[in-house]
Amino acid sequence: MKTILNIQNLSKTYQSAGHTLTVLNDINFFVNEGSTLSIVGPSGSGKTTLLGLCAGLDRSSSGIVELNNIRLDHLNEDQRAQVRNQYVGFIFQNFQLLPTLTALENVMVPLELRGSKNSKVRALDLLDKVGLSDRVSHYPAQLSGGEQQRVSLARAFSNSPKILFADEPTGNLDAETSEKVVKLIFDLNKETGTTLVLVTHDLDLASKTQRIIKLKGGLVISDLETVAIPVNQA
Amino acid sequence: MDQIPYSPQTKTPLNFKWLLLMAIRDSRRNRSRLFLFISSIILGIAALVAIYSFENNLKQDIDDQAKTLLGADLVIETNKPVIKDALPLLTGLGSERSEERSFASMILFPKNNGTRLVNIKALEGSYPYYGNIETTPSAAGKSFRLAKQALVDKTLMLQFNAKVGDTVKVGEVLFKIAGILNKAPGQTGFASSVAPTVFIPLKYLEETGLSQKGSRITTNFYYRFTPDINVERLVKRMESRFDKFELDFETIESRKENTGRSFEDLSRFLALVGFIALLLGCIGVASAIHIYIREKISTIAILRCLGASSRQAFIIYLIQIVGIGLVGSVLGAFLGVMVQQILPVVLKDFLPVVITIGISWSAIFQGVFLGVVISVLFALLPLISVRNISPLNTLRLSFEETHFFKDRLKWLVYGLIILFIFLFTLLQVGGWKESISFTAGVVTSFLILTGVSAGLIWLAKRFFPSSWSYLWRQGFANLFRPNNQTLILVVSIGLGTAFICTLFFVQDILISRVTLSSSGNQPNMVLFDIQTSQKDSVSRLTRKMNMPVIQQVPIVTMRLEEVNGKSSSDVKKDRNMRISKQAFEREYRVTYRDSLTVAETITDGKWTGKAEPGKPVFVSLEEGFAERIGVKIGDKMAFNVQGAMIETQIGSFRKVDWQRIQTNFLVIFPTGVLEEAPQFHVLITRFSGNRQSADFQQAIVKNFPNISIIDLGLVLSVLDEILSKIGFVIRFMAAFSIITGLVVLIASVLISKFQRIRESVLLRTLGASRKQILVITAMEYFFLGSMAAFTGIILSLAASWALAKFNFETSFTPNILPVVVLFLIITSLTVMIGLFNSRSILNKPPLEVLRNEG
Repeated sequence: MKTILNIQNLSKTYQSAGHTLTVLNDINFFVNEGSTLSIVGPSGSGKTTLLGLCAGLDRSSSGIVELNNIRLDHLNEDQRAQVRNQYVGFIFQNFQLLPTLTALENVMVPLELRGSKNSKVRALDLLDKVGLSDRVSHYPAQLSGGEQQRVSLARAFSNSPKILFADEPTGNLDAETSEKVVKLIFDLNKETGTTLVLVTHDLDLASKTQRIIKLKGGLVISDLETVAIPVNQA
Repeated sequence: MDQIPYSPQTKTPLNFKWLLLMAIRDSRRNRSRLFLFISSIILGIAALVAIYSFENNLKQDIDDQAKTLLGADLVIETNKPVIKDALPLLTGLGSERSEERSFASMILFPKNNGTRLVNIKALEGSYPYYGNIETTPSAAGKSFRLAKQALVDKTLMLQFNAKVGDTVKVGEVLFKIAGILNKAPGQTGFASSVAPTVFIPLKYLEETGLSQKGSRITTNFYYRFTPDINVERLVKRMESRFDKFELDFETIESRKENTGRSFEDLSRFLALVGFIALLLGCIGVASAIHIYIREKISTIAILRCLGASSRQAFIIYLIQIVGIGLVGSVLGAFLGVMVQQILPVVLKDFLPVVITIGISWSAIFQGVFLGVVISVLFALLPLISVRNISPLNTLRLSFEETHFFKDRLKWLVYGLIILFIFLFTLLQVGGWKESISFTAGVVTSFLILTGVSAGLIWLAKRFFPSSWSYLWRQGFANLFRPNNQTLILVVSIGLGTAFICTLFFVQDILISRVTLSSSGNQPNMVLFDIQTSQKDSVSRLTRKMNMPVIQQVPIVTMRLEEVNGKSSSDVKKDRNMRISKQAFEREYRVTYRDSLTVAETITDGKWTGKAEPGKPVFVSLEEGFAERIGVKIGDKMAFNVQGAMIETQIGSFRKVDWQRIQTNFLVIFPTGVLEEAPQFHVLITRFSGNRQSADFQQAIVKNFPNISIIDLGLVLSVLDEILSKIGFVIRFMAAFSIITGLVVLIASVLISKFQRIRESVLLRTLGASRKQILVITAMEYFFLGSMAAFTGIILSLAASWALAKFNFETSFTPNILPVVVLFLIITSLTVMIGLFNSRSILNKPPLEVLRNEG
């Protein structure tokens, strides 16, 4: 099976008030194409930093990040943006929709960025899939949290990403809405064959993925297939 | 899916159409705010478009009305009696000819015994050939020449409450006032208040007794030519003959050029004042865009996250800025076209032509182009930080600005702004030196204001009044808390205040200088044109009327013919010669005496008070003048004293205190040389009270009608009138800066409202009353307004002191009361605008505010 994400000896440090703060220390793992993975850990364990590095949103202090066989640590910010546009999809805890764009326009943005000609058709199709065909002209402020996250989901899949990064995708949603959104994420993931990397506190959600990496203090303390991980250890 | 595989070599295409679309989409909920940002430049653009349009229309009007400016095809002028040999030349020109002799003289209104020094124009012929002498009644402009009649300037008629049909005495002759003189060809309202004109027929000049030998009379010959004659070519051919007889000439073309040139200077000055208003507005734009971009961080981060390059993100916002810059500039241009209607009214006293008001597309284009370029340049300062916004902000918000000194692009933008200011000034002014000075002045003013306001912020922080009540402390602390608008408001309002205040101080310095001269025991009346035969009688009359003869000096007029054997033409040919050609171009009014006055001290050489036979005639020169014309001690100067050549040698240089009210001279001869030369005398005296002044003037005019009197009280009132006319124009232009400052204030208050809204709502949620929020807001704007006004006043005090000391060479005592009033007005305005714009937070429930603004 092809490796879509390869992390080797990855470290991230910050300089703060004259001290070096190590957020991630010598992280190593790889992710196969089409698989699903969760990164879990307590607050401050470095989950979000790791997600940012894997998705090419930030630069590592040392180590290798290889996404779809492209060394991200060798690229500048604009080149990484191009990689993100081509291969990566995002879902955020606080949805991160552009407030001045309608639902439809939000979904079209990644396609328009790459110059796709039929972006509107594709966006309408995706909004239909997430059950928002009647809300296409609404602005984010006119949508509920669940609807916003569904728009965000449609946007994430709009450019047919090879890998989807989701940062606490249900963190701002109630239980019922969360369930619907999670079902949608996994259904779309299955349908498109996209690799899914989830960062979450929610062990129920994490257990739905095939593999869970647990972080603590910037270190990987476990990396297990979901069948092997006891729920009470997370 | 149309997907191009990633390659590090391929850059994301810019896709301009999409960028434009995104810029429009992104601006959807911000358009009113964006408009608010750009509103600061509207007035600056309006001022410039109005001035450019005015300039263009004026040029066109000067072209169209050039003939009426001169009133003839050719004017030949001389301030010497016309010599016989020149007569064939003067009488042989043109198809029609008129003659006018003009000179300064006293007139008397017998109705009320009012006297005043005026400019008499004795006219013969049908001049003007183009345009009219505008009079009330209108026929009087032509008919006054037929009898012993005069046309009297409207300001004189008003001053002496004279009516058409009354009489006016010029010299020995009583003239009936045939009409009120409203405007003579090419004359401005300004000129009429400085030297009001009285027209009389030339044939009665002799009878007045005012055209005696030695009188300073200027003669103008006006010519009309048939249309087939090319006047320009004709005068070119005759130039050497005109030179030979020392005749000056002016044609329609040369008048057009001269008038155009002087108004070019005026409109350039006004354009620079308008440009300052624009610069002020641009600082407001830069500050507003800075806050706007801060609010856009998450949007930019999302776009970056989705794959937009830094270039694309930057261009989206650049398009918005260009768009609003364009809208602001077009609105400014529209307003400018409106303001243009007012300009001729404001400037009417300075204009020699009737201004037509037409739309000048080139002015509009210039203004819009300038507005877009300069708003983009200033917006670039905050805009370039878009490049540094990381997509990581989608995960956690952190806006870390690149350190100012490390961002080279920021320096480049600063450089571009300074370059732009310089180039703009260069285009307006034309001279490198002046452009560099103006640019340096603007940059220094901004730096000083920024420095002072930064210092005040620091002081506020450093000496924070912890003992004050909570409400006062909260309001005070808003001056230096994050997202404060202190710097920008202090700079913009401060500059406006400084502008107005300096203007006021300068006017005050000039007026007080003249007032000072005419106060105490200083002389306050000057009599000139006294003939040698009248000298003793005039002194006697002065003393008889209990007035002192403070000084009585003879004056001889002459021209410089040679310096060290070199004539004017030699000097013109030899560029290496140290002698300035200007030395030959002026008429010298010199005196002769055997001693120095208290206002004079010898700085070089030796003073000689009496010429000795067989020895050179040693003259004394004012040191500054000697330096200007490039002569040194021992140089020989040959003067032409109305036909007689006198050889002299420079014996000494003098320092002269020009501030004293007395006759001072550039060149002084020793006694024993000029006693027999044609000359007139000047007498300086002092009156106390208007009654004595009026009685004395009447006595002089009745007994010695050729003598002219300068009453310093009148000079003072004329100066006051001139200054208030100039002051009005400058105040009108300064108003653009002041109003721009207020617009920046309103915009900044509204922008900071978005920043402060959550905080105020939180305070209200925590139980703060409406009144408490009101006090906090009022306090903040009170401190802000007073800080800005204070900074502006300090700056203007420093500038006025420097102007007084170095430019006017006088002491400077500021008049405090108007400054206090200005301070209070600016501070109150700031508080009122601040409170007015914050009223939505005060009057609505917290949740409603949050929902609306959120």
